[in-house]
Amino acid sequence: MSDHTWPLYEVFVRPRRGLNHVHVGSLHAPDDRMALLAARDLYTRRNEGVSLWVVRSAAITASTPDERDPFFEPSGDKVYRHPTFYDIPEDVPHI
Amino acid sequence: MVAVQAADTAEPGVPAGLAERFEAVVAAEQRIEPRDWMPDAYRATLIRQIAQHAHSEIIGMQPEGNWLTRAPSLRRKAILLAKAQDEAGHGLYLYAAAETLGVDRAELTEKLISGRQKYSSIFNYPTLNFADVGVIGWLVDGAAICNQVPLCRCSYGPYARAMVRICKEESFHQRQGYELLMTLMRGTEGQRRMVQDAVDRWWWPSLMMFGPPDAESPNTEQSMAWRIKRHTNDELRQRFVDMTVPQAEHLGITLPDPELRWNEQRGGWDFGEPDWSELMRVIKGQGPCNTQRIDRRRAAHEEGAWVREAAAAYAKKREESHV
Repeated sequence: MSDHTWPLYEVFVRPRRGLNHVHVGSLHAPDDRMALLAARDLYTRRNEGVSLWVVRSAAITASTPDERDPFFEPSGDKVYRHPTFYDIPEDVPHI
Repeated sequence: MVAVQAADTAEPGVPAGLAERFEAVVAAEQRIEPRDWMPDAYRATLIRQIAQHAHSEIIGMQPEGNWLTRAPSLRRKAILLAKAQDEAGHGLYLYAAAETLGVDRAELTEKLISGRQKYSSIFNYPTLNFADVGVIGWLVDGAAICNQVPLCRCSYGPYARAMVRICKEESFHQRQGYELLMTLMRGTEGQRRMVQDAVDRWWWPSLMMFGPPDAESPNTEQSMAWRIKRHTNDELRQRFVDMTVPQAEHLGITLPDPELRWNEQRGGWDFGEPDWSELMRVIKGQGPCNTQRIDRRRAAHEEGAWVREAAAAYAKKREESHV
């Protein structure tokens, strides 16, 4: 059995307390525990993280890559969701 | 629903607009991501380049590994071991980047050990004395940094991101090499001779790392148009020489090139022509260590098979007991 039968995992690192886990890359491992150990050795050799997540790539559901995809269209025409949409006189404080 | 790293494989009749979209994204200095449409030749070029790069990191552990047990102090052993671990890590980042293009690592490993894919010619030279470890860090990793820093802006996202990580770590490699050489230069006459001997042997092969001269590098133009590559081989070689000469002076060694002299007019160092026939010979497999490097890689792969099998068997047993 060669290593390409090992599933692919995506690796997420929390760089510091107070920050989100961020995707840093991927790796192959035979099981979850080994994936975690390999992720530690591969992605945190220089104190890059205080917490690690690994998740099988196959378990991730993704949107399609096309940025103009209709999937994101609902937010395209809703400029009123942004604070800059509203004109407030400059002499009104703290708003 | 699509698995995150699944790559587009078939392109039966590219739908209108995709090629224009690709060109526009590249021209706007944005990044192409794994599941975006891309021209077949772009994908093939990246797979070839990233695989060669990954293989170089993995094979690159061998010349240094040669000195792991013989480094002169625990400090030097620990440093060298950390460096070799980094090279393994770099190889893995890069194999992962290549996999986003639809190849798998096992296939790339197979192509490496069967000689169908190349690695950097530099690793086919032997490490004869301990000063070689320092010179590899200083010159070989220095040349690699020159090549790699512009790759952090490569148009293909996963490759660019891998290069960002790698470049951060290469800086340690180069500095440890230079520090090792400074230490030797402060030592005995014999130690200084070791450094000069190592520099004499590694200087020209380091210049060859940038590849053939521009006139003989047919793929450069297309790679630059695709913004995979940002500078030509000769530009990067010049940059490396300009960077390195003052470092050599500071170290107190002589670079083995009688034609090396400052060119006031163009504000750069003139230097001699590397022996390109030597580069071609080494690439074609006739370097001093080509056979040894591949044999070792194959042996490591085959001798490690039982470990991979055991880990997979254990994972399977655990999975079944959880059901």
